[in-house]
Amino acid sequence: MTGTAAAGLTAPGAGARIGAAMPWLLVPLLMLAGLLAMTVQAMPGEGETLAALLADPGLWPLRAPAALEAVLASWVTLTLAGLAMGMMVFLMASGLTLIFGLMDVINFGHGAFVSLGAFVGVSVLAALAGWMAAPSLPLNLAAVGAAVLAAMAVTGAAGYAFERVIVRPVYGAHLKQILVTVGGLIIAEQLIYVIWGPAEIYISRPEMLKGAMVFGGVALETYRLLAVAVGLAVFAVMGAVLRLTRIGLIVRAGVQDGEMVEALGYRLRRVFIGVFVTGSALAGLGGVLWALYQEVVTAHMGADLMVLVFVVVIIGGLGSVTGCFLGALMIGLVQNYTAFVEPKLALVSTIAVLVLVLMWRPTGMLARDRGRQS
Amino acid sequence: MIRLLSGDGPGGRLVSIAVLAIFLSLAFAPFVFEGTRALDTAARICVLIVLAASFDLLLGYAGIVSFAHTMFFGLGAYGVALSSLHMGRGFEALAAGTAAGAGAAAVLALVIGLFSLRVRAIFFAMITLAVASAVAVLVSQLSQITGGEDGLTYRIPRALTAAADHGTVPAFAIGGDLVLGGQRITGKIANYYLVFGGALLLFLLMLRLVNSPFGRVLQAIRENDYRAESIGYSVVRYRIAISVISAVIAALAGSLFAIWLRYVGPDTTLSFELMIDILLMVVIGGMGTLWGAVIGAVLLVLAQSYLRDVMGSAAERMADLPLLPQLLDPDRWLLWLGLLFVLSVYFFPSGIVGRLRGRR
Repeated sequence: MTGTAAAGLTAPGAGARIGAAMPWLLVPLLMLAGLLAMTVQAMPGEGETLAALLADPGLWPLRAPAALEAVLASWVTLTLAGLAMGMMVFLMASGLTLIFGLMDVINFGHGAFVSLGAFVGVSVLAALAGWMAAPSLPLNLAAVGAAVLAAMAVTGAAGYAFERVIVRPVYGAHLKQILVTVGGLIIAEQLIYVIWGPAEIYISRPEMLKGAMVFGGVALETYRLLAVAVGLAVFAVMGAVLRLTRIGLIVRAGVQDGEMVEALGYRLRRVFIGVFVTGSALAGLGGVLWALYQEVVTAHMGADLMVLVFVVVIIGGLGSVTGCFLGALMIGLVQNYTAFVEPKLALVSTIAVLVLVLMWRPTGMLARDRGRQS
Repeated sequence: MIRLLSGDGPGGRLVSIAVLAIFLSLAFAPFVFEGTRALDTAARICVLIVLAASFDLLLGYAGIVSFAHTMFFGLGAYGVALSSLHMGRGFEALAAGTAAGAGAAAVLALVIGLFSLRVRAIFFAMITLAVASAVAVLVSQLSQITGGEDGLTYRIPRALTAAADHGTVPAFAIGGDLVLGGQRITGKIANYYLVFGGALLLFLLMLRLVNSPFGRVLQAIRENDYRAESIGYSVVRYRIAISVISAVIAALAGSLFAIWLRYVGPDTTLSFELMIDILLMVVIGGMGTLWGAVIGAVLLVLAQSYLRDVMGSAAERMADLPLLPQLLDPDRWLLWLGLLFVLSVYFFPSGIVGRLRGRR
């Protein structure tokens, strides 16, 4: 994939090549940085402080290999956790970024679909408790699949209604969009309380998706592997649809220049409704996965996750699905490494990434070229 | 009087009467209303009016949505709390804390503004949301400094507490048994007037600001930023300037609140619920006019206290019907406010005040 990012340029210099590939390189670079940070933290022996050790470079080669060996297993675990988290955030954020790219609509109520999807999914899983408890992987996956399908159907329908009722009257006015969609978020959250009650609901993972697989002393949680697989699959399908199908062509052209596409006779509004519904359904999918990841659902989980989703959408570049994917992985990794090295700074590290990326590229990593001011 | 209001009266007879009634009841609250709960509500209204009005500077006058307004409010409040804890009881501590809180708010607002407004105004809404929630989480986690979820309680100068006695109001009789005045002025009441005076001063200052040439440029940017830019005003600078000013005023309101409450905690100063409340106040009261913030703040506080009771009794009466009792549960009052909020953005974008003014 790194090659394709650079291949589109005509005879670029080395600097330009690296610049174009940089967003892709950042993910492995972050993994290395995480390993480095964890190793350094593990280096001081008994009764030593980190500062004293760092001041004495002669000691480094003695300590580093042992420390590296000590942290390697947890680094792999954390990296998988970060990727899984990133994939789930990507599922929630991808719809949002396309919705913005296509129609310049910023939907602050997107988090409502995450919560709604989670609650619907959990209800379905509770109904299928027999399948969940059975020690059979196909039955477990069928239960999760049914929950996901139900959640996506409900959130897709809710997305359609949301677009019709809440968003449609305020096209073109950002201020009103933000206000109205926040209002929609409040109403949706309260309706969830009305339907499912005010208490948080606990849910345990399906029998075969609990626990971890161990490869050579490294524990890989089964559920995280599943989340990564689902995220990668969705990213691949989205990429294929956007690049290979006619509708994808129209969507991409619409992101580039909507007016021109409409002038050519395509009804962008209809395409947009489709994108809105798909984006909402994906948020619902993300919600179910997140619910099973955390093993608890609350009505405000969507609103809480929106913080991460917005950061991801901004650093990826508004309107870019690939940027959103890379941004989500970066945020997932950074959060997990920071939570290990210095737990209190986990959320602050997200803001730090945001600041650094915006200093480097003020419109995000892979923003479309045409810049709108407001 | 007109000069004091910067030539921008409430406008419209109903609005004027309402504002006058609010002013009078706040000004004489300690003597008109019985009990500490009423006084507490009055002080809360004073602070919220300033907070909502400073948010209106951004939302209504500059056309920017910020979700970090409670963060600045919290900075002011925690400034007073921390200085009172570490510098000891005294007015110097209050002053130092207020100044520190306002300064921190100004710096933070400047940095956020530089990062987000420079590129796209729409970034501002998202970035403020992210930063505000990060700060809220940080405050609840750094419990050794901020007291965490429990918050901080501290002592304010004795002259401002209920123990102090500042004499009595001179009593005079208006014929028969009707006697006015004569109440004891406790430090609590002095504290209330500190809050009231500070709030009044800040409000008049904001009124002056929005009716200055600076305020006019902001409105021009709100209406059409391309045009304002081509006339020669630096849109980014004006937007950053107003976000800093609004942050400082929010921090000052936070300091007043902290002085009144003698307690700060994440729930009372930093929570997202408070942010939603402010949004509701400004939008329902009326964006783009500071008087809207006054009406909105008073309405919301009253609704918070009384709407719940009404809803509770309604829910009890309909206990036999399906779904309705759940919808009318007092805890679901935000549902109805949310509906009101969406409807008012659609149908009354200028809010109650704009609506009433329009009928003039």
